Amino acid sequence: MQPPILELNHITKTFPGVTALDDVHFDIRPGEVHALLGENGAGKSTLIKVASGVYEPDSGEIIVEGQPVRFGSPRDAQAHGIATIYQELLLYPELSVAENIFMGHAPRTRLGAIDWATMRSRSLEILASLNIDDMDVTRKVGSLTVGNRQRVEIAKALSMNARVLIMDEPTAAITESDVERLFSIIELLKQRGVGIVYISHRLNEVFDIGDRVTVLRDGRYIATEPVDQMTEDKLVSMMVGRTIDNLFPKLDAPIGKVVLEVRNLTRKRVAHDVSFQLREGEIVGMAGLVGSGRSEIAQVIFGFTPAHAGSILIDGREVRITTPGQAMRYGIAYLPEDRGTQGLIRQMDLRANTSITVLRALSRATFINRHKETQLAYSTIEQLSIRAYGPQQLVGKLSGGNQQKVVVGKWLATRPRVLIVDEPTRGIDVGAKAEIHRLMSELAQQGMAILMISSEMPEILGMSDRILVMREGRLVAEFSRAEATQENIGLAMMGDIGNNGKSVNSQLDGVEWQA
Amino acid sequence: MASITQTVSVRRQRFSPSSILRSVLGSQESVLLLALILLIVWVGSENRQFLATRNMVNVFAGNAYIAIAALGMTMVIITGNIDISVGSLMVTLSMLSGAISVYDGYPSWVSTDLTIALAWVLPVIVGALVGAIIGFIVTYLRIPAIVVTLGFLSILKGLLIIVSGGDRITGMPKGYALAQIRPLEDVSMPIFPAFFQTLTMPVFFMVILTILVALWMRYSPTGRALYAVGGNAEAARLSGISRHRVVMTAFILNGVFVGIAAVMNATQFSVIQVTLPPIELTIITATVVGGVSILGGTGTVVGAMLAAIFLNTITKALVFLDISPFWTRAIQGMLILITVLADLYRRHRQSA
Repeated sequence: MQPPILELNHITKTFPGVTALDDVHFDIRPGEVHALLGENGAGKSTLIKVASGVYEPDSGEIIVEGQPVRFGSPRDAQAHGIATIYQELLLYPELSVAENIFMGHAPRTRLGAIDWATMRSRSLEILASLNIDDMDVTRKVGSLTVGNRQRVEIAKALSMNARVLIMDEPTAAITESDVERLFSIIELLKQRGVGIVYISHRLNEVFDIGDRVTVLRDGRYIATEPVDQMTEDKLVSMMVGRTIDNLFPKLDAPIGKVVLEVRNLTRKRVAHDVSFQLREGEIVGMAGLVGSGRSEIAQVIFGFTPAHAGSILIDGREVRITTPGQAMRYGIAYLPEDRGTQGLIRQMDLRANTSITVLRALSRATFINRHKETQLAYSTIEQLSIRAYGPQQLVGKLSGGNQQKVVVGKWLATRPRVLIVDEPTRGIDVGAKAEIHRLMSELAQQGMAILMISSEMPEILGMSDRILVMREGRLVAEFSRAEATQENIGLAMMGDIGNNGKSVNSQLDGVEWQA
Repeated sequence: MASITQTVSVRRQRFSPSSILRSVLGSQESVLLLALILLIVWVGSENRQFLATRNMVNVFAGNAYIAIAALGMTMVIITGNIDISVGSLMVTLSMLSGAISVYDGYPSWVSTDLTIALAWVLPVIVGALVGAIIGFIVTYLRIPAIVVTLGFLSILKGLLIIVSGGDRITGMPKGYALAQIRPLEDVSMPIFPAFFQTLTMPVFFMVILTILVALWMRYSPTGRALYAVGGNAEAARLSGISRHRVVMTAFILNGVFVGIAAVMNATQFSVIQVTLPPIELTIITATVVGGVSILGGTGTVVGAMLAAIFLNTITKALVFLDISPFWTRAIQGMLILITVLADLYRRHRQSA
């Protein structure tokens, strides 16, 4: 077995109030894919930032090829052959592919000017060495697909002679066919002796390409194991520290009377003639491709973008909803798709974020009752198992899953009768996912009516009593829990395949198939 | 929900001397208070005259009208907007106040007392109306506040010069000089009696209004909504907060406070004239140096008040240190830059 290129020993890193890493080990050998796993907030991001020179550890040592080193900046790490590809790609959209690849170390002519010809030919060479021969290096990066941009990032790393390549959730935003291509590129890099640190929430990928896997939990090192000796269950229990017996804990709930009904709801260009009913105790899944009008119909019901035609009935009585405030008075809550831009107010603490939907109810005369507000925050923390040091914690500092729970908490505070959730578990880890699913089940059991928009087929199939399918702004199909299968939902989502000349694969690109 | 609460881990914050020091230096208000005290002590040790009662009263009273106007500016900036027309509005309202008090064409039943009361109150109402118009254009017509208020700046300045003809107003009736009243003149205070007895009305308005507004912004639903809209307008709207109503409220209150500041300004001296120093810049400087983020969402009126006093202390200190007063502007500029850099640094640390 070859000695490691990079070793991180006894790494500890603290931030005010939080120990992000506590005596963590990690190493990477040439030609291996070493997967790094852990729930959100487990310390993966901090660890790769230490490895790539963004953070300096409080204690512990970093060893590159047997020599202890200190990384004062990302530049130092790059000089030692360590390159990182972050989730949000750090490229210059207005510059060409070749310029991006050689940003900061462009080849020069003897006079010191940039040697454009060499830069282009070397870019082509590097891309060719990755079996990428369909890219125009003079094109602006901004015009490329996400998959292609990722390949530019890999080429950029190789142009700096990277020997360790850290990839943070490389498959989070790319299509199925791009994933395949990425895996074949990873295979090529392995053969060349590059060590790859691979971070992903998708366990099947770890089994597909990983050689070893290291698990972190709550900032602590749990174990490093060869992937072929692991099972999915074992990994999950290492990550969450307990066994998750069921990711989709759907409980039987008594289905009651109709709470919400929409008739012929229409909003120009996004939703046409949508009609359905939602009953007490029911979880109705709403499937569809991105852009099929699912979130749009939710936002019409919630009054964010009011309807142009059609009607909304609460308890059988027609109501007019033109603002979110009105929807809230009728007992409707909407958990938006993007917690960062639509859910949280980052400058505010946990307490203010949970009380924001019920400020009037918490106030007497013109002042908010601080005591009640703090109690609400504590009970939300407890009810949803939010990992925070208290009501005063700024929400921007929480992990993704905990942030999502805060947004859930602020809606539960309104005691809604109808809860619309839009991608409730996107980008959060398995542990938090299972908790949110169980919570939804329990809320339904208590009589809440839940409309769940989701792009994750297992979630739709696992959680719904009934499934509605949207396509091109219309409601095109409905399945009971018993009838629903991945195939018939998928077919309904895509409709007449071949009619518009698109292949099945390209239509599927918007969907996350995890099952 | 007992089934999912196996891993409740509510960690309490630890307190240590270093964390307390960090949190003191981490808030703009405490930094300013510290800087203000150090500045006064230092200048006082260089020149004893600086600490004379009359001068100390000037230090606190001189920018009181700026601090009052900064209350409204703080709200406007926190919602993510700005108002650069406040200087013109303030001068206009000052002239209006003076004009009402000296007008001699009232019917006979209008007493001088009533005239004076009108001269004090009407500018505040007009200020609120102007604020409402600006707020309406910004929210319902969706025009950026900087453009709308740039327009108002020119309109008000122009109108003012046309109507007043550039004349000064003098000969205000006895009893009009609200800002010259010393409320504690006959009260014997246990500490610094001479100082408190000499303090004039603007200081009391400044302190009391700042406390009320600070409490209102921190503990009322509308106050909270100002921060929510400035912090994340879309999330606020999706939480049932009406952005239009909140921004309208901020601009109307801004007009009210500019009106009060204008009355303080007009009643301070025996002459009111159309000098147009860039008051709006001093007000915005006080707000920003006070820790109100120009990006919206954070800051307090207490910081803005301390900053207004601090700016005036620097101006006064220059005289006592025998430095050219022309340095005032340059120093204000540097303070803005330092504050913005400190704000960015804090944000950076918070997001790390």
